[in-house]
Amino acid sequence: MRKFKEFIIEKLILISGIASIFFVVLIFLFLLKEGLSVFNTVSPFNFLFGKSWYPISEPPQLGILPLILGSLLVTLGAAIISIPIGVGCAVYIAEVAPGKIKETLKAGIELLAAIPSVVLGFIGMVTLVPLVKNIFHLPTGLTALSGSIMLAFMAMPTIVSIAEDALYSVPKTYKEGALALGATHWQTIWRIMLPAASSGILAAIMLGIGRVIGETMAVMMITGNAAVIPNSILAPVRTLTATIAAEMGEAVVGSEHYFALFAVGIVLFVISFIVNVTADLFLHKKQ
Amino acid sequence: MEKIITKNLNLWYGDFQALKNVNSGFKANKITAIIGPSGCGKSTLLRVFNRMNDLIEGVKMNGEILVEGENILNPDIDLVNLRKKVGMVFQRPNPFPLSIYENIVFGEKIHGDNIKKDKLYDIVEESLKSVLLWDELKDRLNKSAMKLSLEQKQRLCIARLIAVKSDILLMDEPCSALDPQSTARIEELMRELKNNYTIIIVTHNMQQAARVSDNTGFMLFGELVEFRDTHEIFTAPSDKRTEDYITGRYG
Repeated sequence: MRKFKEFIIEKLILISGIASIFFVVLIFLFLLKEGLSVFNTVSPFNFLFGKSWYPISEPPQLGILPLILGSLLVTLGAAIISIPIGVGCAVYIAEVAPGKIKETLKAGIELLAAIPSVVLGFIGMVTLVPLVKNIFHLPTGLTALSGSIMLAFMAMPTIVSIAEDALYSVPKTYKEGALALGATHWQTIWRIMLPAASSGILAAIMLGIGRVIGETMAVMMITGNAAVIPNSILAPVRTLTATIAAEMGEAVVGSEHYFALFAVGIVLFVISFIVNVTADLFLHKKQ
Repeated sequence: MEKIITKNLNLWYGDFQALKNVNSGFKANKITAIIGPSGCGKSTLLRVFNRMNDLIEGVKMNGEILVEGENILNPDIDLVNLRKKVGMVFQRPNPFPLSIYENIVFGEKIHGDNIKKDKLYDIVEESLKSVLLWDELKDRLNKSAMKLSLEQKQRLCIARLIAVKSDILLMDEPCSALDPQSTARIEELMRELKNNYTIIIVTHNMQQAARVSDNTGFMLFGELVEFRDTHEIFTAPSDKRTEDYITGRYG
C-alpha cells in the first residue's frame, strides 16, 4: 500500500514536470504552424529586413524591420538607464545600507515589481510623456525615450533582486580577506565583490532585458506606435509586442496579416529564448 | 622587544563580555600561540589586533592595545595602515577569485598608485619564493587561484601578506582545513618566517602550539589565564585550569 502511494505521487510529480515542457512545445508548434504560412507570400529575408509594414494595404507589405528596430531601440534605452541604477542599487542594498533602510528598500523594489504594467503605462502617459515633449520641444512626447524610461522601471526589480542575490552569495571570506589586507570598503566592492558576482550580475541584466523585450502594455501606451524606422530616440516607434497587441484584434483569421503577426510572435519568442538562455549560461557558470 | 602589548583590554559583543581584562605582550620575531577551548575568546583577541572585530555590530572595547607603541583603539587610527602592517591568515584559505598573480599584487594595487609592471612582477616572485611556491607556480601565474590545492591556497594567502610587507602575521587556525602533511609544511614555513615577522597563531590543536610556538597564552572564558614560555606552560603550568586543559581534562 505504501509503495502504491509512492508510485502514484511519483507519477503525479512526473506529469506536472512534463506538462510544463509539453505546453511550451505545443505553444511553439502552434506559433510555427500559424506563423510560417506567411512565408508563402513574403520571403523570410524580406519579412525580417523589409522596411515597410503596411499589413492591410493591397498587396500587403510585411517587412518588420521597423518593428525590430523599434523594440531594439526601446530595449537599449531601457538597458542604459536601468543597468547602472539597478546594479548600483543592488550594491547599496547588499553592501552599504544599514538594516532598516535595507529592508525598506527591498520591500520597495518588490512593490515596484507588483505595479501592473498598464498602470505604469498610464502614469507614464500623463506625467512622463508631457515632460519629454516639453523638455525636448517635440511635437509629441510619445517617443522611444519615454518607453525606455518607463521600461527601465520594469527591468529594475529583476535586476536589483537578482544582482543583490549574486552579491550576497559572494563568500564573506573574500570580503574579510580584502579588508584584512587594508582595502577600503569601496575597493573591496569594486575589485573583489563585483568581479566575484559578475556572472550573477550579468544574468540579472539579461533577465531584466528579457522582461523589457516582452513588455507590451506600457510601451503600446507611450511609444507612439509609428511603424517607421526610427531616426532618433526622440521619435515615435512601434515595438514587436505592441504590434501584435494592437493589430491581432482586427486581423482577419487566416489572412496574410494574421499569419504575419504570428511570425512576429516567432521572432519575439526566438529573441526572448536567446536572452534567457544567455542568462542561464551566466548563472550556471557561477556554480 | 614587544610588538603588541595589551593593557586591561575588555571587549563586549552587545552584553556578552568576550575578553576580560587581558594583559599581554607579544614579542617580535617570535611565534606566540593562543590556545583554549571553543568560545574562550582566542579568535576575538586575535581579531582586535587588526580591528577586524569592527565588522561585527555591537562591539565595544576599552583598555589599550599598543602595536609598535601606537594605541590602535584610538579613534583616529588609520585602519588601512594598521591592516597593512598587521596581516591576517584565515581558517579557510581565502584567495580572491582572481589569478595567482592578481591575488598577490592586490595589496600593492590598492595601496600604491602607478606601480611599474616589472616591479609588480618582482614582488610576485619574491613573495611566492618566501612561501616556497615560486617553483610550483611560476609558469601559471595567470591561472585562477581557485584551482590550487588547499595548502597552496593557504601559502598564497600568506604570500599576499608578504607582498604588502606586513610586520605582524595573525593566523587564525591556519591549518585546520589542511591534512597532516600540509600542516607540517605550513608549520615549517612559519618557523622560517619568524626570522622576519612576528607571528601570532590561534589554534585548537595543543600539539601544534607546542611544536611551533615560542610563547603560549591559555585563554578561558575571555580571560588570559596564563601567558608564558611554551616549554614551561606545557611542562609546568602554574595555574590549575591550564593544567586541566593541557592534560585533556576538558576542552
